[in-house]
Amino acid sequence: MNQVVTEPAISVTGVRRVFGKGRKQVVALDDVDLSVADGEFVSLIGPSGCGKSTLLRLVADLDSPTAGTLEVFGKPARRARLDQDYGIAFQQAGLLPWRTVAGNVELPLKLHGVESATRKGRVAELLELVGLADFAKNHPDQLSGGMQQRVAIARALAESPRLLLMDEPFGALDEITRERMQNELVRICAETGAAVLFVTHSIPEAVFLSDRVVVMSPRPGRITGVVDVRADGLAGAHDRTERARDQEGFFRAVADVRSLLHGTPVPTVAVDGLEK
Amino acid sequence: MVTVDPVAPRETRPRLPVADVRWSTVLAPVAVGVLFVLGWEALVDRADIKPFILPAPSAIWDQVTANRDSIVSGARVTGSNALWGMLGGTLLGVVGAAVAGTFRFVDQMAAPVVAALAVIPIVALAPVLYSMFGAAVNSGRIIVAGISVAVPVYLNTLRGIRQVRAVHRDLMAAYAAKPLQVIRTVTLPTATPYVFTGLRIASSLAVISALIAEYFGGPIGGLGKSITSSAASSNYPLAWAYVTGAIVLGLLFYVVTLLAELWFSRHQPAP
Amino acid sequence: MAQLWDRLRAVVLGVLGVAAVVAVWDLYKSFGPAEGVLVGDTRVLPRTTELAMPHSWQMLQRLGEPVTSLPDAPDAVRAVWDASMFSLGLAAKGWVIGVVVGLLLALAMSAFRIVESALLPWVILSQTVPLIAIAPLVRRWGSELHIGSHIWSSEDSVAVIAAYLAFFPVAVGALRGLKSPDKTHVELMRAYGVGWWRTLLTLRVPSSVPYLLPALRLAAASAVIGAVVAEVSIGLKGGLGRMVIDYAVAASGDPAKPWAPIFGAVAIGLVAAGAIGLLGLVLRPFRLTGVSR
Repeated sequence: MNQVVTEPAISVTGVRRVFGKGRKQVVALDDVDLSVADGEFVSLIGPSGCGKSTLLRLVADLDSPTAGTLEVFGKPARRARLDQDYGIAFQQAGLLPWRTVAGNVELPLKLHGVESATRKGRVAELLELVGLADFAKNHPDQLSGGMQQRVAIARALAESPRLLLMDEPFGALDEITRERMQNELVRICAETGAAVLFVTHSIPEAVFLSDRVVVMSPRPGRITGVVDVRADGLAGAHDRTERARDQEGFFRAVADVRSLLHGTPVPTVAVDGLEK
Repeated sequence: MVTVDPVAPRETRPRLPVADVRWSTVLAPVAVGVLFVLGWEALVDRADIKPFILPAPSAIWDQVTANRDSIVSGARVTGSNALWGMLGGTLLGVVGAAVAGTFRFVDQMAAPVVAALAVIPIVALAPVLYSMFGAAVNSGRIIVAGISVAVPVYLNTLRGIRQVRAVHRDLMAAYAAKPLQVIRTVTLPTATPYVFTGLRIASSLAVISALIAEYFGGPIGGLGKSITSSAASSNYPLAWAYVTGAIVLGLLFYVVTLLAELWFSRHQPAP
Repeated sequence: MAQLWDRLRAVVLGVLGVAAVVAVWDLYKSFGPAEGVLVGDTRVLPRTTELAMPHSWQMLQRLGEPVTSLPDAPDAVRAVWDASMFSLGLAAKGWVIGVVVGLLLALAMSAFRIVESALLPWVILSQTVPLIAIAPLVRRWGSELHIGSHIWSSEDSVAVIAAYLAFFPVAVGALRGLKSPDKTHVELMRAYGVGWWRTLLTLRVPSSVPYLLPALRLAAASAVIGAVVAEVSIGLKGGLGRMVIDYAVAASGDPAKPWAPIFGAVAIGLVAAGAIGLLGLVLRPFRLTGVSR
């Protein structure tokens, strides 16, 4: 019996991105290969300048590579963007301040011609999902940072994308709110089954949320190694609960990621260090 | 850094261009105004100043009450010219800035033309406009008001268009939004507060320009005509009465624009 | 190198823009209806007759011809140049006075909240007063003033009226600038035990430069406009204001003539604004806002 192999959500091959010319050029990404399976949660982590946000923007087709290819669900990144195959959330929530919460969440639906009744229903669903149903008529300036990010996530999910791209969405929040948002995100991803590419600079966040953590290093930006969190003993990202943060596997994975970040990879079953 | 979610959303109130409004904020200028008028009256009285230099406030007020209808009808003419000029000028300024903001070459081509328009004295333009459009119609006056509005609106709108945040531009790109959608969804709302800043400046300019254009001819009616004719017949208190009408008209335009600005900026983040 | 190309491109496009406007003018003049375009009672597009609307080359041509039919009348260009320089000089004087007054006002308003609340509305209101009402006032009060051995002249009146238009953008712009420093910076100064005056010099004045420069430029343009309008109101001979009136009278026989002072006014207005722009180049470091991209 042939097993149907679903194509990967993201497939990055030999990607290189150079900014500037001549002596002042910056190699943001050098020879990067990455693959994210359908439904998988993958984090990109690394210090400033390692190219993680650049890589995310290349996948989103908000930027073009100098060399290499990027495919989303088997299509070129540009086609995937035009076909609206992904949802995106930025570090600044990027809500439009003159629109209400509901107005912001329905924005992609409105832009793509979904009719009014369907839109209203979907918006109500999404606000329920992120727990902001009572704030539909408020404006962003009346919400706290955490709430704004939840709206941004609801908006990213509006068209039920099979892929979510998230660029440090919790970066501007304090630790307590962050952990709460992480719990919410795990729940939402389990419910929707979407694949996620998540950029962060927090090790515990990356480990808690992901199936795999991709560690990057700067100058030039490249992938140092990958930690498979599942192999460290945690459940798959879709089955994770809040208590994962107290489990042994969590700490093992955090240590693994840290060792890769510091350039001293410890050879464990979970770590696939690509550099000597 | 943001703290834990509050239970209820924060209340935001519409923001005034003034830092905060207290009794002193309102009383102080009123006090200054009252002192000024009293001082003026006393000065004219004691220094026995002739009316052709400076009429007393009381004399001016007498003329205002005596000629109220005439002042109002004059204000209506000048005001309507200023209003039409403002509408036309705003439309021209906003559309022009939208095009210039989208196509850089248009911006660079328009730059010297706009700069020249910004420095033309209305006094110089009025005579040629009257010969071009004829002295029997209000067109010349409306155009003058229009130009004085279009320039600040254009410049401020252009600035506003350039303030679109990168994250919003990225969002529109991620949604594969068409150019017209981008303008309607993001560019115009971002630029709106700047448009209003331009309008606020332009509102009283429109009135002054329409007024000055009336000195040079054109159809009868309008405060400017009344000012010049009463000054010519040496009835200076009356002339000043019309001037008062002009000031009130200018103030009216300014306040209405200010109120519109406040209403439209209800939910804008602080600049 | 790329910068040079950019500058060149801007200049070329600017010239093209002016050329485009001139082209539209002449095309309309050649092909537009003689009575213009009327919407109801109002004419929305101008008449295109010989007397109403001259061609652009006719305007240029007129500049080369003598001003009047008198034997030793100068060329229009010469006359416009002389009048322009005269008006520019008065505008410059007015600008200086306006800037000084504006800055002093802004300083007072930024120092004391109550002064700002009391004066700012009147400063704004001052600009709604038509200049024609102020002209006789200025002339009379000027003659009362005795500064040394200087006798008040009409020129001085014009300069003061020009200053009346110029002080407003400076006062408003300087006030915004002086109030613009971040709260963090102000608190830093306090933590260093720096007094009001030093804070003013070290923090507020430098941070007000980005607001002051456009205000000074606007003030320069306003001073020019004010000078020209004032010359008309005061009745001063020798400047562009007088020229506008004189040439306007001749318009019915000589349609290109009234355009000459317009070109002169535009020219000196641009020169005035450009001169301030140069000042902006000098003050470049103060225009950096510290926002990283």
